[in-house]
Amino acid sequence: MTTGTRLGHIATGAVAAALLLPLGAVAWRAEGWSGFRASDGHVLWFTLWQAMVSAALSILLAVPVARALARRRFPGRGWVVLLLGAPFILPVIVAVLGLVAVFGRTGAVNTALGWADLGPVSIYGWQGVILAHVFFNMPLATRLILQGWLAVPGERLRLAASLGFAPGDTFRLLEWPMLRGVVPGIFLVIFLICTTSFAVALALGGGPRATTVELAIYQAFRFDFDLSRAALLGAVQLCLGGAAALLSLRLTLPSGFGAGLDRAVPRWDSGGWGLRVQDSAAILLACLFLLLPMVLVLSQGALAVTGLPASVWWAAVRSLAVALTAALATTALAFVMAQAATGARGGWAEVIGTLSVAASPLVLGTGLYVLLLPVVNPVSMALPVTVFVNAVLALPFALRALIPAMRDLDRDYGRLSASLGLGGLAWVRLVALPRLRRPLGFAAGLTAALAAGDLGVIALFASPDQATLPLVLYQLMGAYRMEDAKAAALILVALSLGLFWLFERGGRHAGA
Amino acid sequence: MRSTITIAAGLTLIGTAVAAEPLTVYAPDYFASEWGPGPAIKAAFEASCSCEIDYVTGDVLPRLRLEGERTRADVVIGLNTDDAERARATGLFAPHNVDTMGLTMPVDWEDDVFLPFNWGHTAFVYDTTRVDDVPDSFRDLVDNHPDLTLAIQDPRTSVSGLAMALWMHRVFGEEATDAWAALAPRIVTVTKGWSESYGMFTDGEVEMVLSYTTSPAYHLIAEDDDTKKAAIFPEGHYVMVETAGQLARTDQPDLAQAFMDFILSEEFQSIIPEGNWSLPAKLPPERMPEGFAALAMPEVALIYDSAEAEALRDTVIAEFEAGMAAR
Amino acid sequence: MLALEDLRVELGDFTLAADAAFVEGRITALMGASGSGKSTLLAAIAGFVAPASGRIRVTGADITGLPPGERPLSILFQDQNLFPHLTVARNIGLGLRPDLRLSADQRAARDAVLDRVGLTGLGDRLPRDLSGGQQSRAALARALLRGRPWLLLDEPFSALGPALRAEMLALLKETARGEGLSVVMVTHAPEDALAIADETALVSDGRLIAPVPTRALFDAPTPELRAYLG
Repeated sequence: MTTGTRLGHIATGAVAAALLLPLGAVAWRAEGWSGFRASDGHVLWFTLWQAMVSAALSILLAVPVARALARRRFPGRGWVVLLLGAPFILPVIVAVLGLVAVFGRTGAVNTALGWADLGPVSIYGWQGVILAHVFFNMPLATRLILQGWLAVPGERLRLAASLGFAPGDTFRLLEWPMLRGVVPGIFLVIFLICTTSFAVALALGGGPRATTVELAIYQAFRFDFDLSRAALLGAVQLCLGGAAALLSLRLTLPSGFGAGLDRAVPRWDSGGWGLRVQDSAAILLACLFLLLPMVLVLSQGALAVTGLPASVWWAAVRSLAVALTAALATTALAFVMAQAATGARGGWAEVIGTLSVAASPLVLGTGLYVLLLPVVNPVSMALPVTVFVNAVLALPFALRALIPAMRDLDRDYGRLSASLGLGGLAWVRLVALPRLRRPLGFAAGLTAALAAGDLGVIALFASPDQATLPLVLYQLMGAYRMEDAKAAALILVALSLGLFWLFERGGRHAGA
Repeated sequence: MRSTITIAAGLTLIGTAVAAEPLTVYAPDYFASEWGPGPAIKAAFEASCSCEIDYVTGDVLPRLRLEGERTRADVVIGLNTDDAERARATGLFAPHNVDTMGLTMPVDWEDDVFLPFNWGHTAFVYDTTRVDDVPDSFRDLVDNHPDLTLAIQDPRTSVSGLAMALWMHRVFGEEATDAWAALAPRIVTVTKGWSESYGMFTDGEVEMVLSYTTSPAYHLIAEDDDTKKAAIFPEGHYVMVETAGQLARTDQPDLAQAFMDFILSEEFQSIIPEGNWSLPAKLPPERMPEGFAALAMPEVALIYDSAEAEALRDTVIAEFEAGMAAR
Repeated sequence: MLALEDLRVELGDFTLAADAAFVEGRITALMGASGSGKSTLLAAIAGFVAPASGRIRVTGADITGLPPGERPLSILFQDQNLFPHLTVARNIGLGLRPDLRLSADQRAARDAVLDRVGLTGLGDRLPRDLSGGQQSRAALARALLRGRPWLLLDEPFSALGPALRAEMLALLKETARGEGLSVVMVTHAPEDALAIADETALVSDGRLIAPVPTRALFDAPTPELRAYLG
């Protein structure tokens, strides 16, 4: 076992502890013990059902978009790819307002339907929950699948072209095996994100029938202060995540493409008007669906940006610091955990790493609070704890990008490295970092963006002078200042996207 | 580097030598934020006592219960009456020792632990440019107006949502579930908190939103917009009272008591209307800002005292769940 | 002497037994049908596959448990011998110090070996900018630079055309003799063996047959060789 792999196992153990200890701490602080309620069956069923449908739909819609982006080169493509990252990092409240502005009762879609003398469609209900989850996660799926597409070596595509593959053949022989390799993991992550959804499900679900497990946890914690129930439901959520992670590991197949020589190879399978129209439509529709809600909300804030008080900007600076630190932490964690996952007995690293997305942020935060309380004043730890929780919660995304790349690296150059005695830091510097730049940049960018937009834990710990940008956004809304809040959201999105862009660019351009 | 640390440590020492330990006040986020009443109150109090207030924000009650005896709080502010019984049950609080004569609240106050500092009526707020046929009673809203859409907050996650459930129970009694069922088709969305609902209302997605009779004051005073109004129901409006309490184990009992005494002072109370956009617990009408005088106010105020509210909590949430499920 | 003592390598259902030795200073060809396990045997010697039992010794020292990079040998694979993101010079430099912190002397040695394999002036290029033959030369250059006494080759030139392959084999033979390298080379082409191998060993029916002089073997083929040649 190499040092990296050993570090990876240690890191995995630490992450497992970070997930389980808070749960235990919450259970330990419980006053009395309560079990499940009769209504929990329905709650669990709704949670699973909507997560399943949302994940499946997100991926189904993402595949044509990712394929179109993989085989087209057009001006502004970089911007499209970048903006696709935006919905995922949008604060829930902004996303809800955006979706409502497009699909709501008085939104653009229903207005258009009204002109056409068609009856209105309602966003509220299970369809709204799924719509919102697809809005959040389809871009993520697109990004991750696109990574898979770009990882197909140009040599294979050249071979396909030389053999006169029709698009159908390319799909069957090259793209399908690639999808087979990446989709189960992506499905799992999105499924798990959707199981922990709560505010969106409630706002667009239109009532208590859209109750998810996370809402039940919030209720147990915030309203009933029934910590045993919160811990129990938190454990249910983790078990669900664990089961789903194990299942998806069994379904994942290695794509087995082998290594290319990093040659830039044009795509030969993009000719034909039919394909061109199909790809253009996919990209156009995706952009409309994802960007319109954001534009409608954020443009309302554009005018208010300059009038925002300095404290909002300071909050942005704090968010930036949190984002950068979390990105560094997650990338380092994911790097060693991916090494462990690639080596022998590494399955658990992948399971634990995936599991953290199923952890209830509320249980995690509360548990950490209970754990810290005897040691330090938790309020003074608000920002470090936010960094920590975000680093852990972003891990699954980072691993999703890194593990396949690490596996390829091991398969293609593992023996060469070993035969040269190339290990340790020299291997990291000369082989891993240059070869893994893209997934590392992606992981860092995504973590930074996620951490910048995270509200969860900071609300539990902060004192007013530690507020981050998302918290300020809610404070502004709570004080009736909707326009200022939208301006803050605009800054937040710009900040998150900016970080994402910088890291990704670093990933693509640096090095050979 | 080393010398910087030494200097910083030295400064900290000097700092603590001059000012005593600050008064730690647990407060909800909206209260202590830059846009809430907290900063002005802090400034006013600190000017009077050469001391310092440290706000700690978040979910006040759950945090207090997590911390128990170990809490660092000296004073807690922002506890709703519907939550007060649970706060009392922690046994962490000491009597407020403040004379509550002359409160300008529509309900009697006999609690000697929790001191009210502001209040408001729960109400449905609408936009006059979009709603012509305003319900003239709660019963009228429930029975008629099939096209009037509503956004409310979930009683399971939000204090204002819980207030509405209690309000429904108070007005409709045994028929509360039926009333929920009658409203259900028009309740477009149930949100986790107040902000989401109110945002959807100002964006024009719903015609009415569960909020407060004082909400129009913000639009009137801060935005010079008189199109937002609260529908007034003769059955009465549920009153939400926010209170403060001091911790029995505070290490600065004198300072904590000084803050409790400050709460009902005119200086504190006059910050509330435009700081919290709610009604102060003790402020003569002539000291109220102008915009507030124009607000329509209900004749009847409804409230359950904290013990009753606590006992009814599960009942009214069950009514909400059953009524909404019948949709 | 590279001695395989009662070596057994197991991969799933497949078992390979080897109890033979390769002599120092010679070029030995390792031949056998596809799937006979010759590449697996090479991988076991290089340290990528742990044997189920038996020992591997080089001049008496047991290397069975050593990590690949610490064995007294270099190996060239069928492909993936160069890191595509590193320049040729850096790829070769790895043979001296895996962390590439080369001294002036080491850099001079690296440039000398570049000249030696005919890649003068190409050190700054990336592998993708080299022809297949040049890539093979670069890989060979690194093996020379590492200075390990044994060189294992797993069909290293099979992707090259006949003329290039012959040229590479000639270069290999010349440098091996010049540097005193001992070579074990997996090949499926009898002409390769005949061209440069002093001895040839066959892998057949899950067993390594001890090497014998190539010329003699092909002059009087054993049943195993006849089966292979068909």
